[in-house]
Amino acid sequence: MTVTLFIPCFVDLMYPRVGISMVRILEKLGHKIEYPEELTCCGQPAFNSGFWDESRAVAVNVLRRLQNAEVVVIASGSCGAMLKVFYPELFAGTGHARQASLLAEKCFEFSDFLVTRLGVTDVGARFPARVTFHDGCHGLRELGKKKPARDLLARVRDLTLVEMKDAETCCGFGGTFAAKFPMISTAMAEVKCASAFETKADYIVSNDSSCLMQVQGLLDRQGSPLKTIHLAEVLAQS
Amino acid sequence: MKSFAAQFNERAEVVTHDLRHRQTIQTALGKYEVQRDKGKAAYQSWESARQLAAETKWDAINHLDRYLEEFVDKLEARGTKVYWATTGQQARDLIMGIIGNKKARCIVKSKAMTAEEIHLNDALEHAGFEVVESDLGEYIVQLRKEAPYHIVFPAMHLTRRDISELFERELGSAPTDNPEELTMIARRALRKKYLEADIGITGANFAIAETGMISITENEGNARLTAALPRVMISLLGIEKILPRMGDLALFLPMLATAGTGQPLTCYNSLYGGPRQADEPDGPEEYHVVLIDNRRTELLADAEQRDALHCIRCGACLNVCPIYRNVGGHTYGTTYSGPIGSVITPHLRGLQDWKHLSSASSLCGACTETCPVKIDLHHHLLQNRRNAVQEKPGVLMKLVFQAFAFLMNSPGCYKAIRLVSRAMQPFHRFVKGTRLDPMYAWTKTRDLPPVASQTFKEYWRTRA
Repeated sequence: MTVTLFIPCFVDLMYPRVGISMVRILEKLGHKIEYPEELTCCGQPAFNSGFWDESRAVAVNVLRRLQNAEVVVIASGSCGAMLKVFYPELFAGTGHARQASLLAEKCFEFSDFLVTRLGVTDVGARFPARVTFHDGCHGLRELGKKKPARDLLARVRDLTLVEMKDAETCCGFGGTFAAKFPMISTAMAEVKCASAFETKADYIVSNDSSCLMQVQGLLDRQGSPLKTIHLAEVLAQS
Repeated sequence: MKSFAAQFNERAEVVTHDLRHRQTIQTALGKYEVQRDKGKAAYQSWESARQLAAETKWDAINHLDRYLEEFVDKLEARGTKVYWATTGQQARDLIMGIIGNKKARCIVKSKAMTAEEIHLNDALEHAGFEVVESDLGEYIVQLRKEAPYHIVFPAMHLTRRDISELFERELGSAPTDNPEELTMIARRALRKKYLEADIGITGANFAIAETGMISITENEGNARLTAALPRVMISLLGIEKILPRMGDLALFLPMLATAGTGQPLTCYNSLYGGPRQADEPDGPEEYHVVLIDNRRTELLADAEQRDALHCIRCGACLNVCPIYRNVGGHTYGTTYSGPIGSVITPHLRGLQDWKHLSSASSLCGACTETCPVKIDLHHHLLQNRRNAVQEKPGVLMKLVFQAFAFLMNSPGCYKAIRLVSRAMQPFHRFVKGTRLDPMYAWTKTRDLPPVASQTFKEYWRTRA
């Protein structure tokens, strides 16, 4: 099938390897990739800050550009939740309401797409490391997906998954929250990093680069040997 | 005076840097989680129980007019005096009026968040009465002249040692870190007060419309003594406490206990339906029930957030909230803290003054997931943010987000920003983490990844 990729701004600018890994995996599985270059943001920062008009101004372009896509795969659980769960709310009562609910049906976060839509759990990856998995809150609670990422990790050769205590606890990123309340955001990251550290893992894996930016940002500041890596990058290793 | 938002930030700054404080709360709540999970495991289906509880409360709140009348009619039929208070001031005046002509001196009180909400103790003490909190945790924070730290665990921020030192200072007891001994010290002090008290004031956990009774659930037996010993009993409760039927307690009492403390059921569960009847040997001579609105009806009028009135004040959302667990209860500066407090305080006390609480959330949704009556808590935080902006968009933030929308819709501009960021990057290290750093809010405590030498868009171009 033709897969339309949605690559959010922070993945484009700072974590391009996540997007590149997704392209490689999906192409390996025989799918054609389409990437609408003019799309950069789902509008979530404005939405979460209460500026719904400004959010709609961005989101309406996403709706328009993706309306003919066969399926949309998103490189982040958080942006995925925005397209899938919050667009219908954002556009409720507007002329775009129907378009938003149609788009919601064909949007998938990357790991969910592989497992739920394609039924693939083994992508032939090998990653010799001890890892722990951090559930991004939006993927976990808005999209309700805890299993797909773990199903995929279970099939990665030479990989050991050690669950951390409170894997489901927020890392403290929360978009603009991280900048508006840096002290709270950082305290939350401290708790998260301490839980991950206890597992003696080499890597914290997640399917959301925004969480990983937060966690890695603190680990680097702490001088911790722990590293973070996106699930797609793990799956692209062989 | 500093704004509530500035006070919140200041206190959050202090607590987030107080590792001992954070550890105390997180240890306590870690124990709670273990108990709660054990408690939940006793249900055949906790999820079905939540669904039923949510539907029952939905019925109660959406037919509040009918159920409240039923509740009041039944209560009055047994000789209870019922009062309606629109505001906190009215409720305080009503209670003062009830007490005023009783020649009372000492008032004993069991735990009631509604009393905290209207600052009842301050008003009573100001009028010259002695008021004693009879719940152990409440008694402790009262001795410290503090507000309760948590809806259910008022003194959870204190260690045994803190409490021992407090009792030494205030009650002249010998130091001990034995919890039983500490409890006995408080018990000896409190027993005297029960016997002296002329008035007992309670809150309510539920108000049963079908039978016209209030239900109080507790672990110390203190609410029973508060209700039974003094001559006059007064209960203060919010109008949202209604449950339609007596049978609903079979669901709500265990759920409140499990969500609140992890217990299968709290130790004492009592129902009060009126003053002592002619054929009864004990009970208060007079029973007064004060029903308070205090802007709950405004929440009722908000179709989007009406379910916030389902709240049974179990505190479960506070317990799982990573914000609460790192800033603590006093930081909020509100009667109701944690997620439920952040949702309802803007409704109860003004959106513009309290909107910061809705922003102080990563929207992780742990609260919504745990709520036993399925309040859509974290989405209400989003709605509060939207409402605050619609009502009064800050000029600067409006400009920022207009610029954001323009930038994200304009590939040329986005590209320019990318090029500028990359060009500036080598110089970032000179200001990184200092106040000159435009990314200071982030880089003060965290590192920031660089803009990639090849972005995804650039990579895609190389494929074409």
